[in-house]
Amino acid sequence: MNNQPILEVQEATKSFGGIVAVNRVSLDVHDGEILGIIGPNGSGKTTLINCVTGFIKMTSGKVLFRGRDISGKPPHKIADMGITRTFQIMRPYYSLPCYKNLVIPLFSPRAKRTGGWRGGGKLGDRDTVGIDILEEIGFERDSFVPYKIASSLPTGYLKRLELARCLALKPEIIICDEIFSGLSMSEIASMVPLIERLQMDGITLIMIEHRLRELFRVANRVMVLNFGEKVIEGSPEEVMADDKVKEVYFGSEEVEEVMSHA
Amino acid sequence: MNNEQGRKERLDRGIKVRTDGLYAIMSLRELCYLTVPRLVLIVGLLILPLVMPSMYWQRVISIVCIYAFLALGFDFLAHFVGLVCLGGAFFIGVGGYLAAILNTSFGFPPLVTIPIATLLGGAICTLLLLPCLPLRGVYFAIVTLMYPLVLMRIIEALNILGGTDGIMGVASFANRWIEQYFVILMVLLFLFGLRRLVNLDIGLVFRAVKDNDQAVRASGMNISFYKAIAVFVASALGCLGGACLVHIYMWSGISLFALDFSILPIAATVIGGAGTVVGPVLGCFILVPISELLRAFGTLRIVFYCLILVAFIVFRSEGIMVYGQRKYHQFERWVKI
Repeated sequence: MNNQPILEVQEATKSFGGIVAVNRVSLDVHDGEILGIIGPNGSGKTTLINCVTGFIKMTSGKVLFRGRDISGKPPHKIADMGITRTFQIMRPYYSLPCYKNLVIPLFSPRAKRTGGWRGGGKLGDRDTVGIDILEEIGFERDSFVPYKIASSLPTGYLKRLELARCLALKPEIIICDEIFSGLSMSEIASMVPLIERLQMDGITLIMIEHRLRELFRVANRVMVLNFGEKVIEGSPEEVMADDKVKEVYFGSEEVEEVMSHA
Repeated sequence: MNNEQGRKERLDRGIKVRTDGLYAIMSLRELCYLTVPRLVLIVGLLILPLVMPSMYWQRVISIVCIYAFLALGFDFLAHFVGLVCLGGAFFIGVGGYLAAILNTSFGFPPLVTIPIATLLGGAICTLLLLPCLPLRGVYFAIVTLMYPLVLMRIIEALNILGGTDGIMGVASFANRWIEQYFVILMVLLFLFGLRRLVNLDIGLVFRAVKDNDQAVRASGMNISFYKAIAVFVASALGCLGGACLVHIYMWSGISLFALDFSILPIAATVIGGAGTVVGPVLGCFILVPISELLRAFGTLRIVFYCLILVAFIVFRSEGIMVYGQRKYHQFERWVKI
């Protein structure tokens, strides 16, 4: 593994008025790694990745992508570099059919550069490429599902659609904001191999999660946030064993259950 | 046996879904089903000037087409890009004054001034609206509403561009037939052009900006850029209308910035059917002649006009075209395949 981290956050701070949502959080992610970020509600996880992806401006701090400073850049520039994200509240284009949803990322400058998807040629037009990506992510090609209007889809498919939107850009990093939340156990069970395959394809993942058991199965490292501050960072086993984490999650049954398994 | 049949059906279903957008032209009847509505519109518009009883009504047709440009632009921006534009008067004014200046000061004929005024006017309007494009919400609507008022007062106060008298002596079209067929052909061109545009890949991006601009940004695209393109298209349409109007009236004045040009296209869009592109044109062909017919009532004109509008909104709030399309597609069941 290369020594230089692919993504490095230095002392990121974001305050909304008097409330400090993210307080001097630093992290680094290496190529091909899965980093989990956990923490109770309101601990600043989503704010942190909003800062990284440029959707909100940091009060202070720096984000380096492959050694280049990307803090303060607009979100479309950051996505153009290969840092894509899914949204916690799914944001598909509700009025378009699923596969047409993917035409939009495939139309972006990055997809044109990385995929050679200009339409036509042996790769087919954007519709075809879109359906291919959807199939890869778990939409059945010969069913109605990829052709349905996005507003009529269940949550599980919408979460996959979010991932597909990222994949269309051929990203280097995907930041998943609670990709497992709201899914049934079986849906999660089918999602986990997908995440593992993305990692095998060489994509670096940052996952924000509440479903600790599934996260601990896939993550290489886990970081715990509480009140906007980093509590601990380490391997899943280290984090599970840590007393401070138990304190943060005090009373949460799932953690207790996971801890007892450890 | 049963199992196999089920499997075959499943496969067929996939094929059916994938070919949903394709039309296999199998019989004259189906051919008619697809083309007749379009032909009725095209032929109807083309023979309209010939059947008009008087020159007065022929002139009304030209004015209807001017409003149709604005309504097309409004419908495109509001329902495919998600920008509510109240600036019809702004586009008309900019296009009109540009055409008038190009004609009177530089001596260009109408067929040169109109394309220049369209493109240059579109660029100027887009440039002036650029600052409010990154914002979401009502700001775009407010700014577009404000610009015509500002320009009108500037011209009035500084007494530039002819002041309150306006620019007189603008050349007219060679004759009234050229005038009418020029605007009618332009309406048809932009009508079918816009319909094509919104179904292209870039049109899908516009619709995505309307649906969910954050996701478009997360896909690595600059939404302000795409909004600017869309605003350019709509404002160029408006400027085209303005340029034509100036050459029809042979005069350009501050009444080009009148609020009518902003409001009537919106009413026409509501009545004709929002988001159908053809609906707004139809709306203009209903609303503008009605307002002319109602001149017989004198001052009560506006009252009747409002009553008709209210009736439309209460009884057919989805718009004529949306209703009509739905009913028309129900015919499909009668066609034997």
